[in-house]
Amino acid sequence: MDVVSQLQRQFVEHATSLYREGYLDDQFTQLLKLQDESNPDFVVEVVSLFFEDTEKLLNNLTTALQQESIDYKQVDAHVHQFKGSSSSIGAQRVKNVCVVFRNYCDEKNLDGCLVCLEQAKNEYLLVRNKLEALFNVSL
Amino acid sequence: MGLKMQGHHHHMVAVSLNSDQQLGTKRKYTSYVPRTHQGKYLALWIIAFGFAAVHVYRCIDAGHQQRIQEGLVSMCDQRARMLQDQFSVCVNHVHALAVLVSTFHYYKNPSVIDQETFAEYTARTAFERPLLSGVAYAQRVLNSQREDFESQHGGTIRTMANKEPSPHRDEYAPVIFAQETVSYLNLVDMMSGEEDRENILRARSTGKAVLTSPFKLLGSHHLGVVLTIPVYKSKLPPNASVRDRIEATVGYLGGAFDVESLVENLLGQLAGNQEIIVKVYDVTNMSDPLIMYGRQAQYGDLTRVRVSTLDFGDPFRKHQMTCRYLHKAPISWTAITTAFLGYVIVFLAGYMFYTGAIHIVQVEDDFHTMQQLKVRAEAADVTKSQFLATVSHEIRTPMNGILGMLALLLDTDLSSTQRDYAQTAQACGRALITLINEVLDRAKIEAGKLELEAVPFDLRSVLDDVLSLFSEKSRNKGIELAVFVSDKVPQIVMGDPGRFRQVITNLVGNSVKFTEQGHIFVQVHLAEHSIAVHDATSDSCLSGRSDGCQTNTLSGREAADDQNNWDRFKHLIADEEFPFQVLTSDGISQNVNLMVSVEDTGIGIPLHAQKLVFMPFMQADSSTSRHYGGTGIGLSISKCLVELMGGHISFISRPQIGSTFSFTASFKRCEQNMVTDPKRSLYDELPTAFKGLKATIVDTKPIRAAVTRYHLKRLGVFVEVVNSIRTVASVLGSGQPDMILVEKDVWLSGDDMSNIRASVFGHVLKSPKMILLATNITGDEFDKAKAAGFSDTLIMKPLRASMVAACLQQVFGTGKKVEQGRVMANGSVYLRSLLCGKKILVVDDNRVNRRVAAGALKKFGAEVECADCGKAALDLLQIPHGFDACFMDIQMPEMDGFEATRRIREMEEKQTSGSVDGSCDTGTTTEWHLPILAMTADVIHATFEECQKSGMDGYVSKPFQEENLYQAVAKFFESKTATNS
Repeated sequence: MDVVSQLQRQFVEHATSLYREGYLDDQFTQLLKLQDESNPDFVVEVVSLFFEDTEKLLNNLTTALQQESIDYKQVDAHVHQFKGSSSSIGAQRVKNVCVVFRNYCDEKNLDGCLVCLEQAKNEYLLVRNKLEALFNVSL
Repeated sequence: MGLKMQGHHHHMVAVSLNSDQQLGTKRKYTSYVPRTHQGKYLALWIIAFGFAAVHVYRCIDAGHQQRIQEGLVSMCDQRARMLQDQFSVCVNHVHALAVLVSTFHYYKNPSVIDQETFAEYTARTAFERPLLSGVAYAQRVLNSQREDFESQHGGTIRTMANKEPSPHRDEYAPVIFAQETVSYLNLVDMMSGEEDRENILRARSTGKAVLTSPFKLLGSHHLGVVLTIPVYKSKLPPNASVRDRIEATVGYLGGAFDVESLVENLLGQLAGNQEIIVKVYDVTNMSDPLIMYGRQAQYGDLTRVRVSTLDFGDPFRKHQMTCRYLHKAPISWTAITTAFLGYVIVFLAGYMFYTGAIHIVQVEDDFHTMQQLKVRAEAADVTKSQFLATVSHEIRTPMNGILGMLALLLDTDLSSTQRDYAQTAQACGRALITLINEVLDRAKIEAGKLELEAVPFDLRSVLDDVLSLFSEKSRNKGIELAVFVSDKVPQIVMGDPGRFRQVITNLVGNSVKFTEQGHIFVQVHLAEHSIAVHDATSDSCLSGRSDGCQTNTLSGREAADDQNNWDRFKHLIADEEFPFQVLTSDGISQNVNLMVSVEDTGIGIPLHAQKLVFMPFMQADSSTSRHYGGTGIGLSISKCLVELMGGHISFISRPQIGSTFSFTASFKRCEQNMVTDPKRSLYDELPTAFKGLKATIVDTKPIRAAVTRYHLKRLGVFVEVVNSIRTVASVLGSGQPDMILVEKDVWLSGDDMSNIRASVFGHVLKSPKMILLATNITGDEFDKAKAAGFSDTLIMKPLRASMVAACLQQVFGTGKKVEQGRVMANGSVYLRSLLCGKKILVVDDNRVNRRVAAGALKKFGAEVECADCGKAALDLLQIPHGFDACFMDIQMPEMDGFEATRRIREMEEKQTSGSVDGSCDTGTTTEWHLPILAMTADVIHATFEECQKSGMDGYVSKPFQEENLYQAVAKFFESKTATNS
């Protein structure tokens, strides 16, 4: 019991630090709320889905932006997906990068897009590390 | 413009700027004023009119000069003529003398004239020759005759110059007769003087009077001329030759003209003598004119001269007279003044035009600038609204994080202090969210994005709900809070209950906040009725104002609006023969115009702040917000909402007395058959168990009694009002009441209740129920009331029909379990009850989103299926299917949410029209209509309209949040649960 409550406290502290640093937002809270006895691995499941999706999307984006003639529509669709899933799990810094990314897409600004892609990758890795740490704590 | 632009939210600002610039160019006005070089125009103007002025001056001056010149000419000519006349008169006389000499000296022999006679005669006729200083007769003496002559006259011939005996010459002309004035000429040879000699020679050859050139006369220093006339010894024919004449000559008659004194005399006789300078010249030799009169020096006005020719009868000599003005002609002041003044006027006019033009240009420029600024301000305003909406929305997200975390925190083990802190933080957070929602509301209204619903709703239950919100507060403060809805207001109207509630809540909330004692009274009447009654009663009330009609309010305290008292209220509730009712109820008018007023007896609004009341973020002063809190945005939102509802809001307020806010709102009349809708549960079902009961209200205050009666009437209770407990018995004639409701203050001021109860109802078997009505009550009073006979119940105000019903149930013990009404359980419990067992399809191409949505819905007990694109959703939704709702992502590849929804609706339509009879076994609804809710991350831009266009029923903001989900889902499942249970 002690261990459980200690772990819980640790989890909460960690999660709070993530909020404070802006990695996560309210949506993550909502996700946590959705997890209950009937659905114990919900958050982990969603987060790992997010990881998988994101890896794929980042790969797609990288290749799409290396093409001779860039299909910005395609890039935009990818970024939209990325934005959707990141906002769904509450990874707001990733989401914010996506918003900027889409603006560059609209302008067809290749340099901007590349910078954003790099940022998105970084943010993703950061949030991924944080989330992994969080779940290691909680598991 | 903001409205026009609604479709293009992303580019709103840019587009609006552009369009306004176009607008600006379109509005180009034509300016008739030169925009530049006004100074040059002015200079041109001044120069042009300078020339004009000079011209005018010249024109006027020329006339003037001409008049001066004419004056000179006429004066000069006059003088010349007179001089000439006098001169010729003299000459004629000398001529006559010549004739005299020839007649009496030569024709008579011996001569009858001697020196003596001649002197006598000439002296006596001197007046005839005023110009001649003297006349003398010289005889022609040849050299051969000299000696005879000298001996005859007893003297020698002398020369003129030195009076010496003359040397030998061919001939001589010694004077023999002389007037006395020139007697010194006797025997002086006239031919010895050069001038005289020539004169003599010329005279005898021409036979006419001749003149010398002017010279200094001997006797005086005056200039003069000598006139010489020949005397012949015989009469000569007119055509005699020069030689004949010389031969015939015997002597010469001469006289000296003193020209100077002659002219002097003459001029002295004439007017204007002082003005002009007259000179007389001998101009026989044109190149060397000899002066005869006047000074040689040139003086006087040299510019103007008149020359008149003089004819003194000597054809050889020519004379002329020149006249000048002594002074220069005076400058023509008239001309100068006229020209100058005219020029000054024109100059001033030019300057006026100049400054005018500069001013106009300036104003036009300013106007232009202002226009541009206006455009920018408008653009900025739109941007501001957008910004507000976006920012509010963005603030909500982290705020929800804070609240969520606080909720999580409260779930952990906390000490009581920590819990207290956390709860306080949570409460503050909630308040902040409310504020942000208000700001968002306002921003939405300003951006024109707020749309009103049109659903049927029960006005009275909305008001009851609002009242229940504030009942706690009003009870604590001891304020009487009451609502009254006129009977003429229909039960169900079409409109936006949420927004209507928001306005009422806001007004009542304000009133509760600012009222410490007295009452808050909400009334709803038909607007037409209210106005009619207002017109009818305003006169009577004005006249009866002095007799204290303002105290006849709900609580007896004075209210801000004097006329909103019992006198008027009486008319409002009693006026059964209301003409407008016919008009509105027979279906001609589809609109129900309501007049809602909220009257309080609070602190009122200071006069200086009354103008600002509806401005956002304005409170009476900063101390107000310190005292009472709040942002002051509520009233401005209320104003916007009321205007959206087709009405207007106004207020009357008197400081320290209270405020009365009233607004009108227009709703649609609801068709009777629409009441049978599934949306029936939108209004309260009041229990019908009390129909037919009779009640007596004991109350001294008529308005309060009317309110109580209104609530009882809604329950179907017949009501009688009396104003004291004593009179209860007297009205018993109409049958014994089932209950007697007594106001606390009536009871407190009245007699002991138990006695009355005994005395009045003692003989009756079943005594009526005694009910006490109170706003607040202390424990002591409560005990006392129980003792006094109010054992039955105590109804705490504010009254609400449902609450009164509940109390009556308790009193009458009606065992029937009455429906509890809607339990507006907020939060997940209610959501769970709505969603439990529902089969819901989630369509989203994003796996993560799909999973989250599914998770959220599952949490509330729904059965969730997922589809990853529009096509898959269409497959799953082939009719018949078992889904209760569908959540649809809007932006999906291939087929987006709008398109998918359109297809689904098409499918449903086909099915409905194809198999009308076969549909009854497939589901509860008679026709297929699957609620489809859009999921979008962009709440601001996804307007309800857009969703509706493609057949969607609503939208949920993404990511899912409980409250949004609740709001969206409740609309669709609420009715179903109501009908199912």
